[in-house]
Amino acid sequence: MKILVCISQVPDTTSKITFTDNNTQLNTTGLQYIINPYDEIALSKALELTENGNGSVTVIHVGESPADATIRKALATGADEAVRVNAAPRDAWFVANQVAGYAKDQGFDLILAGRESIDYNGSQVTTFVGELLGIPSVNAAKKVTLEGTAAVVEREIEGGKEVLSIPLPAAIGTSEGVAEPRIPNMRGIMSARTKPLTVIDPVDVPVLTRVIRYESPAPKGAVTLVDAGETEKLVDLLHKARVI
Amino acid sequence: MSVLVYTESASGKFKKSAHEAVSYARAVAEQLGTDVTALSIGDVDASELQALGNYGASNVWSVSADRLKNFINQAYASIIAQAADQSGASVIIISNTFSGRGLAPRVAAKLGAGLADGAVDLPEVTGNVLTVKKTAFSGKAFAYTELVSPKKVIALNPNAFELRETGGDAQVEAFNPIVDDRDLTTVIKEIVHAVDKVPLPEAEIVVSAGRGLKGPENWGMIEELADVLGAATACSKPVSDAGWRPHAEHVGQTGIAISPNLYIAIGISGAIQHLAGVSASKTIVVINKDPEAPFFKVADYGIVGDAFDVVPRLTAAIRAYKGNP
Ligand SMILES: Cc1cc2nc3c(=O)[nH]c(=O)nc-3n(C[C@H](O)[C@H](O)[C@H](O)COP(=O)(O)OP(=O)(O)OC[C@H]3O[C@@H](n4cnc5c(N)ncnc54)[C@H](O)[C@@H]3O)c2cc1C
Ligand SMILES: Cc1cc2nc3c(=O)[nH]c(=O)nc-3n(C[C@H](O)[C@H](O)[C@H](O)COP(=O)(O)OP(=O)(O)OC[C@H]3O[C@@H](n4cnc5c(N)ncnc54)[C@H](O)[C@@H]3O)c2cc1C
Repeated sequence: MKILVCISQVPDTTSKITFTDNNTQLNTTGLQYIINPYDEIALSKALELTENGNGSVTVIHVGESPADATIRKALATGADEAVRVNAAPRDAWFVANQVAGYAKDQGFDLILAGRESIDYNGSQVTTFVGELLGIPSVNAAKKVTLEGTAAVVEREIEGGKEVLSIPLPAAIGTSEGVAEPRIPNMRGIMSARTKPLTVIDPVDVPVLTRVIRYESPAPKGAVTLVDAGETEKLVDLLHKARVI
Repeated sequence: MSVLVYTESASGKFKKSAHEAVSYARAVAEQLGTDVTALSIGDVDASELQALGNYGASNVWSVSADRLKNFINQAYASIIAQAADQSGASVIIISNTFSGRGLAPRVAAKLGAGLADGAVDLPEVTGNVLTVKKTAFSGKAFAYTELVSPKKVIALNPNAFELRETGGDAQVEAFNPIVDDRDLTTVIKEIVHAVDKVPLPEAEIVVSAGRGLKGPENWGMIEELADVLGAATACSKPVSDAGWRPHAEHVGQTGIAISPNLYIAIGISGAIQHLAGVSASKTIVVINKDPEAPFFKVADYGIVGDAFDVVPRLTAAIRAYKGNP
């Protein structure tokens, strides 16, 4: 079993998100980056599936050299090797083309990614990669098991779930429940330094989308407090606000 | 350059999000001076197809074949791309649902189109460029994304655009795409719909509870409140992590992002990661015994009090308001 795991790095979940240059740039001052939480699940699943010498796990990141610290963390968690495509990740289409460009002749059985990145929230990369490689994809898996040359995947649907079987190779986006998140141990951290991290050049991709500006949500006015003994009053306010 | 909208259905009926997508498509078509073709795939009742005219579709193309009854993203994407080509669509609208997210990138890639996901408003039109306002940073911001390619795909968030009933009639016809067997290798083994529950991402009212409830045995009063409101239930992350509630109910930055008309948060402190996924709610009510809980800062209405005391009384007050005994 040869698995490729897509790793993105995102601002730490406690970050306050602000913008500079007339709201055209993310203010990165003081931002701490972490592995996208869903990607940790993807990586943990890959490690679980290849346990006891049963295959290998390669992680891939599209980004510039400051991301190497994040990539080393993925290696410390247990991935065997890493690839970094040396380019700023413009958008999901760009990222997916880089991943597919690398993966196309490497013979991976499974490509795992997170359900979505918690920064740009595209939920696009997995499906784009599936399309670019001409293989099946599931974008928000809750459970993944292997049965011979197929993956049986439980995916979320509005108000329910669906269980489907897809032939390998396939691309799967993981969410909670797919695997217990693993964290690096001391031995992992030591060995991560010597594991291979290969830097490759990006392929050319036409520009289809461009973020031109950002906006922060409008600040909320002060809360209207209702006395705990006056729930009828709250009902009346909600009625007047036309939400019930 | 018309507008094509894919209308998602379940069990022979269109979802509310599909009607929203048609309303949105109609508004975009008006911006561009063109009309809307709606595409339905799977077995959908004839009256449902006809009724899409009421939301602004001029034409409805319906694909129904046994092997296409169930959603398979590769096959459906191929059909949508064919319909886009044959209808001459330059803009394709898809709902940003779980299935829609598995579809939109494939459609965009087939058409060489730029994709904006998570749209929350109508695009700005400047010549051939559409600028779409979309959620980013898990609800902490919006990003205005320019689609610069000739063809464009927009995935519209549920509950972001209000239904517009235009009262028109639609011309319904069969559409016969070519579907390659290679796009049908996925086998659907089981589909489970919780019939008696409102799906969380589409719900107009959501009742949500956190660690303040102390344990799973106390969720009865939450479900009762949700019941009288016709609401979906949700929870904070530690609650689903502890197995008190299923993961599918976890809202926030690493869970589901929702934007209901009314979000009632009970015994939830309002951590930044939680707020990220719910702050797009139009009205927020917070019930918490701690007056300093951060959630009150983003709430419209609040009650400082013990949930075990307040919630049953709120349920009773709503029941009285609705005129039920
Ligand atoms: C300084 C900076 C500026 C950026 N500006 C923009 C911008 O303006 N617009 C924009 O859309 N994006 C921008 N990005 C990129 C963004 O971080 C994402 O990598 C990219 O947009 C894909 O995001 P998504 O939300 O669509 O991915 P999703 O489709 O939500 O991601 C799903 C999964 O794909 C994988 N994945 C995502 N990104 C990467 C990656 N870079 N490398 C490897 N795997 C990945 C992960 O497994 C992830 O869980 C910027 C990044 C940086 C560092
Ligand atoms: C990477 C990362 C991602 C995360 N993602 C998410 C996410 O997506 N969603 C999410 O929710 N969290 C997320 N979290 C967790 C988040 O930081 C908080 O820990 C979590 O939201 C707190 O849950 P809570 O409000 O239920 O519990 P607490 O913070 O413990 O709050 C309980 C609240 O209940 C109140 N209370 C107690 N008893 C009563 C009573 N009898 N009546 C009324 N009120 C009472 C208390 O005053 C308190 O405010 C994430 C954390 C990390 C690190």
